[in-house]
Amino acid sequence: MILSRKFVKDYVDLDNKLTIKEIAEAMTKAGNEYDSAEKLVNATNLIIGEIKECTMHPDSDHLHLCKVDIGKEILDIVCGAPNARKGLKVIVAQVGAALPGNVKIKKGMIRGQESNGMICALYEIGIDKKFLSEADKNGICELPQNAPVGEDPIKFLELDDEVIDFELTANRGDLLSILGMAYELGAIYGKNVKDVDITHKENGEDINKEFSVEVNTENCKMFLAKKAKNVRIKESPEFIKNRLIASGIRPINNVVDISNYVMLELGQPLHFYDADNLGEKIVVRMAEEDEKLTTLDNIERTLSKNDIVITDGKKSIGLAGVMGGLDTEVEETTKNVIIEAAIFDSVKVRVTSNKIVRSEASNRFEKGLDPARTYMAAERACALLEKYADAEIVSGTVVYDETKNEEKEIKITYKNINDVLGTTISKENIIDVFNRLGFKTQKIDKNDEEILVTVPTRRIDISIKEDLIEEVGRIYGVDNIQGRLPVVPMKMGNLDKTMRKIKNKMSNLGLNETLSYILINDKDVKRFTTDEFEPVKLLDPITEDRNTLRYSIIPSLYKIYEYNKARENKDICLFEIGKGFWKRGEEYGEEQKICVLMSGEYYLGIGNNKKVDFYIIKGIAEELLDYLGYEGRYSFVMPKKLPQEFHPGQTAEISVNNDIVGIIGKIHPSVETEDLYVMEINLDKLLAKRVSKMKFKEISKFPTVKKDIAVLIDKNTSSSEIEKIIKKKAGKYLLDINVFDVYEGENIEKTKRSVAYSLTFGAIDRTLNDDEINEIMKKIIEELEKNNAEIRK
Amino acid sequence: MEEQIKMIKQTSEKEIASAKELKALEDLRVKYLGKKGELTAVLRGMKDLTPEQRPVIGSLVNEVRDELEKQIREKEAKLKQELLNKKIESEKIDITLPSTKVRRGSLHPVTRIIEDMEDLFVSMGYDVVQGPELETDEFCFERLNLPKGHPARDMQDSFYITDEYLLRTQTSSVQARTMIANTEKTPIRMITCGKTYRREDDATHSHQFNQIEGLVVDKKERNVSLADLKGTLEVFVRKIIGANLDLRFRPSYFPFTEPSYEVDVTCFKCGGKGCNLCKQTGWIELLGAGMVHPNVLKMNGYNPDEFGGFAFGTGIDRLAMFRYGITDMRYLYTNDVRFLNQFDRKDEE
Repeated sequence: MILSRKFVKDYVDLDNKLTIKEIAEAMTKAGNEYDSAEKLVNATNLIIGEIKECTMHPDSDHLHLCKVDIGKEILDIVCGAPNARKGLKVIVAQVGAALPGNVKIKKGMIRGQESNGMICALYEIGIDKKFLSEADKNGICELPQNAPVGEDPIKFLELDDEVIDFELTANRGDLLSILGMAYELGAIYGKNVKDVDITHKENGEDINKEFSVEVNTENCKMFLAKKAKNVRIKESPEFIKNRLIASGIRPINNVVDISNYVMLELGQPLHFYDADNLGEKIVVRMAEEDEKLTTLDNIERTLSKNDIVITDGKKSIGLAGVMGGLDTEVEETTKNVIIEAAIFDSVKVRVTSNKIVRSEASNRFEKGLDPARTYMAAERACALLEKYADAEIVSGTVVYDETKNEEKEIKITYKNINDVLGTTISKENIIDVFNRLGFKTQKIDKNDEEILVTVPTRRIDISIKEDLIEEVGRIYGVDNIQGRLPVVPMKMGNLDKTMRKIKNKMSNLGLNETLSYILINDKDVKRFTTDEFEPVKLLDPITEDRNTLRYSIIPSLYKIYEYNKARENKDICLFEIGKGFWKRGEEYGEEQKICVLMSGEYYLGIGNNKKVDFYIIKGIAEELLDYLGYEGRYSFVMPKKLPQEFHPGQTAEISVNNDIVGIIGKIHPSVETEDLYVMEINLDKLLAKRVSKMKFKEISKFPTVKKDIAVLIDKNTSSSEIEKIIKKKAGKYLLDINVFDVYEGENIEKTKRSVAYSLTFGAIDRTLNDDEINEIMKKIIEELEKNNAEIRK
Repeated sequence: MEEQIKMIKQTSEKEIASAKELKALEDLRVKYLGKKGELTAVLRGMKDLTPEQRPVIGSLVNEVRDELEKQIREKEAKLKQELLNKKIESEKIDITLPSTKVRRGSLHPVTRIIEDMEDLFVSMGYDVVQGPELETDEFCFERLNLPKGHPARDMQDSFYITDEYLLRTQTSSVQARTMIANTEKTPIRMITCGKTYRREDDATHSHQFNQIEGLVVDKKERNVSLADLKGTLEVFVRKIIGANLDLRFRPSYFPFTEPSYEVDVTCFKCGGKGCNLCKQTGWIELLGAGMVHPNVLKMNGYNPDEFGGFAFGTGIDRLAMFRYGITDMRYLYTNDVRFLNQFDRKDEE
């Protein structure tokens, strides 16, 4: 909403000393934010001149040499406009003038002729071309003959206005009018608001005898019609044109301009029909499915049963609240006009306007209207048509009104207000705020603790106590409220630190935490997994690349890897904790996952560089699982179903308590040529498995005994199977088992592998003797041999 | 005999002085002072001496033994020192060569801010809670006083999955969930941080971003008021962004609070003088806040006559950008390791 200072001055007298910026700031503090506050015309050093002589430039086929009288002197100015001619009153930018677009006027020579200034077109002093007539778009501004030479043309044209562009909140529909703005400014500055002039004559004929309105939908609560006869279509007076321009609306002719002017002034959109093309009645109804209507802009629209239409009883002639129809448009030849002032359902108008076009009118319908203002607007339009279009107003109004046009009454105590605001505002100050806002107050109990506040119908946003409290806070000034910390019972705050501890662990292990988008291309959602689920897709994605919610985080990290690789970043080791999403049947779900991606070198330094391999990322996985308390309860097992993006020889599923919680492995060389390793664990699934309490274990005072054993096993046999056998046979005295050597190659059969284990034995209460240990070793060896493991001597 | 002792002393002193290794020195000690050593042998021969001679020779032998022991000790210390010096000399390295290390990791700037905010609010007795990102229309809008068709829904263009499911547009959805989940209807102090999604993507808006949301619901008699909200947000802003910042509350409109406010903070770039970041206003719009709307309390099981409270929320990504001086929001989501690697140390306190 753009506020013209001159326009609002019609209704509230603000101190002339206030700058436009100060007014904008005061409104902002009251909750009405602004985007800009500035002069309508930002040009300096302009003066009215008269072209005394105008000859063609000797070296040009379009330039004119003008002698321009500006009162104090006669200037030589070279002008290229086709309409420059002797006797014309013009706008002159003198040497030193600054025009919009950083134009500075300097003395100059144009093709050998001196030029001391510039004769301006309106668009050159900052009036947007979209508001101008064809003549003004193509040439210099032709001032009327009564323009006083030597005076300020901006003042003469009444363009000496200032404008504030407000960004209003969705609830303040009442501020989408100059009158509403006047009430708001009046409340802020303690000024009264003047009455709207709706006086006009009526011709004695009765409109209800010649015209009728029928409403066949509950989506139109109010419809008023009046008739103006014998209008004279012409250009609007300057002040109407200028105020429309200042508000961002293009002037057309006096009749059309008046409908827009009243909308800006009172907030009630109006529609004018050419009465002679309309007929004798208006019927409001919902459109038929696929009904056709050609709107003002000459586009044929296909309607649905959610659109409200205005019809002449036979065919539709307008899209209610959004745009009129072409057939009944007011034109140069229009003589008689039917004025519509109506209230349509805000949701229906919003849906239709979103589909067709959003306009100043639809915006006001969407935010809600005051029925009192609807009556006022119909009369105001008549008053202006009489005054500026020589119209004759037919007596009476066709009225359809199903609104409850009542003022709201709300009871509130002074305590309610001060409790919510945390203040001690006095009764007098509270009453003063309501009075400034134009709300009536009434004492209703003898202790004077509670009051009845009557809210004018224009404030449709106010309906409960809390709304009144907000008004007090707004007008009293939030800056005047002192901040404090709540005094509430002491209580401890709960914070589950698991995720942050995992993040710290992973970052301490040398991984960079990433933050990726969860929306990915549906082509990627089934990659890196064989889990069964339906992808979760967006109904209306912005791009194909982000049309589906990810299930696994691996596609996200893989994208990040590719991004970094393309920038020649090396040693990319990443992790991310985030959600994966799925649909199964009718059920939707999301799970917290951790994903790790590693490539390049991990250990760094002279002679210590080591490339990431399976065992490094497996080490990361084990570090995490051990840290979380799952030591001894997990294993890495061959996947039952291998996702095709993984290397068949270097991939494992991570099993905790014999339940698969994740996958780890090398990316298949057909997917990624570089060596790339990933791991993903479903944290929701993992963390649901309880861990034991961390508890001190007594340290043995007796020495331990170390025994080494090397076994030759088939390459297809996994080390974890051998470990399992050893642990089972060793029993409780086995304190620790480690692999210390793995060997394949010379002196060993091609299908075999040698793995050497170091076993540590001990007891808490004594030193184990040789016999005991030899007995245990014997059992282990027997069992291993039974399982085709050969003991190397 | 006296002569013999003097001879022993002379030769042994010479040999000790020229010993080159600890082993040779030990051999000398055995040779002269050991059980079968030369000096010990002299002592043993004392039985042949006269009673007058014995004390004289005895004390002479003891004197020489003490002297030899002293010389051996000193020589030993000297040899050990030489050995140590040699070892140290041989172990000298260039301490400026690079170290051996494991890669250094880092935490994302958004994580860092979230952890700081969580710690701050936990210290004030707030619970930190989580909520789903794939949310229902009911919790994202309806239970927050935003029925279907409400014009304020246009402020948040949503990614819908079905008519009922959508990606949450705001962490406010967790407000409703927390109130509903609190079946005892006891007072609430909570914050939640997390990802949110809106159907917009341009230079200053990412379709995915992070929000923090805070909610306090308490008995009306405790007057948890706008002044308390102001005080709380002052602590929040001054602790998380900058100690010297001022706040400005501007009345505004959100369907879930009444009264509602937008909260501006002194421009961090220019300190309030006016610059291109704050569009010459000296203020940066930072938070949305307000007193919980009675309809929201009612819809989520709290009696608005008995309970009141406040709520606030803001975008975390912008906070991270301000704190670390990150110039472009897109850095937060492209995850260039040259960016990530910069966040590998502890924040200053």
